[in-house]
Amino acid sequence: MTYKNLFKSKAETWSAAALALLVLVVLPLLLPIFRLNLFGKYLTFGFVGVGLVLLWGRCGILSLGQGVFFGLGGYCMAMFLKLEASDPISTKIQSTPGIPDFMDWNQLTSLPWFWVPFKSLPFTMIAVLTIPALVAFIIGWAMFRRRVGGVYFAIITQAIALIISLGIDGNQGLTGGRNGITDLRTLLGWDIRSTSAQYVLYYVSALLLFACILFGRYVVNTRMGRVLMAIRDREDRVRFSGYDVALYRSFIFALAALFAGLGGAMFVLQVGFMSPSLIGIVPSIEMVIFAAVGGRLSVIGAVYGTLIVNLGKTTFSEAFPEMWLFLMGGTFIAVVMFFPNGLAGLTEPGGFLSRQWQRWAPKSLLSVFRSEVEPPSEAASEESLLKGATEGVK
Amino acid sequence: MNIQELWSIFIMQGFAGISLFSVLLLMGLGLALIFGQMGVINMAHGEFMALGAYTTYLCSSLVQDHAPALLPVYFPIAIVLAFILSALLGALVEWGMIRHLYKRPLDTLLATWGLSLILQQTYRSIFGAREVTPTLPEWLMGSFKPTDSIDIPINGVFVLLLAGAVTAGLMVFMFKTAFGLRLRATVQNRLMSGAVGINTKMVDRMAFSIGCGIAGIAGAAFTTIGSTGPDSGSRYIVDAFLVVVFGGAANLLGSLASAFGIAQAQSILEFFLEGTKGKVATLLFIVVVLMFRPQGLFPSKVRS
Repeated sequence: MTYKNLFKSKAETWSAAALALLVLVVLPLLLPIFRLNLFGKYLTFGFVGVGLVLLWGRCGILSLGQGVFFGLGGYCMAMFLKLEASDPISTKIQSTPGIPDFMDWNQLTSLPWFWVPFKSLPFTMIAVLTIPALVAFIIGWAMFRRRVGGVYFAIITQAIALIISLGIDGNQGLTGGRNGITDLRTLLGWDIRSTSAQYVLYYVSALLLFACILFGRYVVNTRMGRVLMAIRDREDRVRFSGYDVALYRSFIFALAALFAGLGGAMFVLQVGFMSPSLIGIVPSIEMVIFAAVGGRLSVIGAVYGTLIVNLGKTTFSEAFPEMWLFLMGGTFIAVVMFFPNGLAGLTEPGGFLSRQWQRWAPKSLLSVFRSEVEPPSEAASEESLLKGATEGVK
Repeated sequence: MNIQELWSIFIMQGFAGISLFSVLLLMGLGLALIFGQMGVINMAHGEFMALGAYTTYLCSSLVQDHAPALLPVYFPIAIVLAFILSALLGALVEWGMIRHLYKRPLDTLLATWGLSLILQQTYRSIFGAREVTPTLPEWLMGSFKPTDSIDIPINGVFVLLLAGAVTAGLMVFMFKTAFGLRLRATVQNRLMSGAVGINTKMVDRMAFSIGCGIAGIAGAAFTTIGSTGPDSGSRYIVDAFLVVVFGGAANLLGSLASAFGIAQAQSILEFFLEGTKGKVATLLFIVVVLMFRPQGLFPSKVRS
C-alpha cells in the first residue's frame, strides 16, 4: 500500500504527518502526565469522530446515538476491570464477597449471567470489538432495509441513546446505575493508574486511533467508498444500478460503531470509569459536533476537531463555566451555517479563508488542516455519479 | 387488590397520563407543523416550551408583586403572552438561521441544538439553575371526586381543555383559512405554489413561528403540572419527536393519537414498574414499532 493510494494528495499526507507528530511526539514531551491523560481521553472521542466521518460525511447517515456504541465498548471493558477489582479477598467485608460493590449494595447475591463471561480477558476483547458492531448492524439492517434514512434515522438513534442511558441508569444492581462502574484499578494485575501505565495507554490509544484513520482512509478509497459516496448523493440511482444500499449502509454503520466501541474501551482504561453520562443524548450529539468542527468529510480533520473542541471545553468550563455553553452553542451554529465542511473545509480551494491565507501563509502551514475534501454535491450530475459508481470497477 | 381498586388506579393514572398527554400533544402539534409540514428538525423546540413556562412564571411574579387582585385572571393572559413571545422568537430564529438551511435538514438539527444550548444557558443566567413554579390561581387548585376512590385534579382537566382548544384551533387554521390553504399548497409543491403567487418565504416564517408559539402554550400548560428549570424543555424533546414520527409525520390527527397512546402507556406503566422503567419500556416499544413501520401509524398520502 503506497501513500499514493492511501492518501489522495501530498497535502493530506502532510496533515496526517502533522497530526502524528503532534500526538506522538510534541504532546508527550510538552505536557505533564495529568494533561497528557486528558488528551488521551480526547483521543478516545476521536475514534467516534473517525467513524462519524465515514458514516455521516461519506455515506450521508447522521447517527445521534454514537454514544451508545462508545458506551457498549466501554462497559464491556469496565465489566472486566470491575470483576478483577472485586476479587473475594478485597471485597471480603461485603455480605457476598466476590461480586462488584454496587451489586452488594443492591442486595444481589450472585453475579448476573451476562457478567459471567467478562471474567475472561480474551472474551472481553472480542466483545469490545464485536458487540457494538453487531448491535449497530442489527439496528442498521432493520432500518435501512425499510429505507429509513436521514432525519428519521437521526431521531430514532437519538431515542435509542435515551433508552439505553435511562435503562442503565434505572438498573443500579445490574449496571452500577447513574454512578456507573467506578473504582477500576488493575488490568491483569497491572496498575492502570500509575504514571508509566498512563503513558503506555496513551500511546496504545494513539496508535489504535491512527490504525482507525488509516483503515478509514483505505475504505474511502476502495470501490466501496465510491459506492458509499454515490449512495449519499443519489441513493435511488445506486439502488437502480443493482447495489444493495441497505447492506452497504449497515456495514458502514457497524464499522463506525466498532471504532466507537474501541474508543470507549480505551476511555475506560485511561479514565478508570464508565457511566451513562457518556451514553445519553448530550454526549452523543457532542460527538457529532467534534466531527462537524473538524470537517465531516475528513477523517483527519475529525480528530483535529475532537482535540480542539475538547480542549476548548476543558479550558472554558474551568475558567468561565457560564460562557462555555454560549460558546459551544455558537460554535454549533457557526460551523453549520458558515463552515459546513469544518476546519478541513477552511483551506479548501475557494473556501472561506483560503484566498486570504494563500497570500500570507506558507504552503506547508496551509496543508495542516487540509485533507481530501469532496463536498457533497447538492444535485450530483449524472456524469459525476456514474464516474463515482463505476470508477472502482475499472 | 380487588377489581374496584384496580379500576380506580387505572382511572387515576389515566388522568395523570392526561396531563402528560396534553403537554406532549401541544409539543407535538408545534413539531408536527415545523417538522411534519416543513421538514425542519427543531431541537430547540423544548426551549421554546421553556420560554412559555418562564413567561408564565414572570407574569405570576409581576402580578403577585404589583397587582395581587389580578391573580385569579392572569393565567389566560399569560398563555396568550407565552404564545406571542415564543412565536416572535420563532420568527426571529427562522429569519436568522432556519431559512438558510431549508435544503439541509440534518444541519437544521445541529444548528438548532446549538441554539438550544444557548437558550438553556440564557435561562440559567436569568432565572438561576433552580426550578421555579408560578403561583397558580385558586380555581386551578384542588380536585373533584366523582366517587370515593377516584380523585381527579382540576389542573389536569384545564390542561386537557386547553390542549383540545389549541388542537381544534390549529385544525381550523390549517383546513379552513386562506393561510392554511397556502401552507398546505407550499408543503405539497413549493415551486408551483410560488408560481401561482403564494409568498412561500412568508408562509415558511409564519408556519415556523406558529409552531414555536404552540410550544410556548405547551410551556404555559406545563407550569400547572410541574416546575420549570432551564433544561425542562430538553427533557421532553425526544418524546415530542417520537410523538410526531410515531403518528406519521405530516398528520395532525396521527400526532393526537400517538401523544395519547404514549402518555397513557408511560403513566400506567410507571405505576406498575418502578423508576424510569415505564418510560424505557414505552420508548423501546415505539422504537421497535418504528423499525417495522417507519412511516408511523397514520402515514399521510401526500407525495413528497
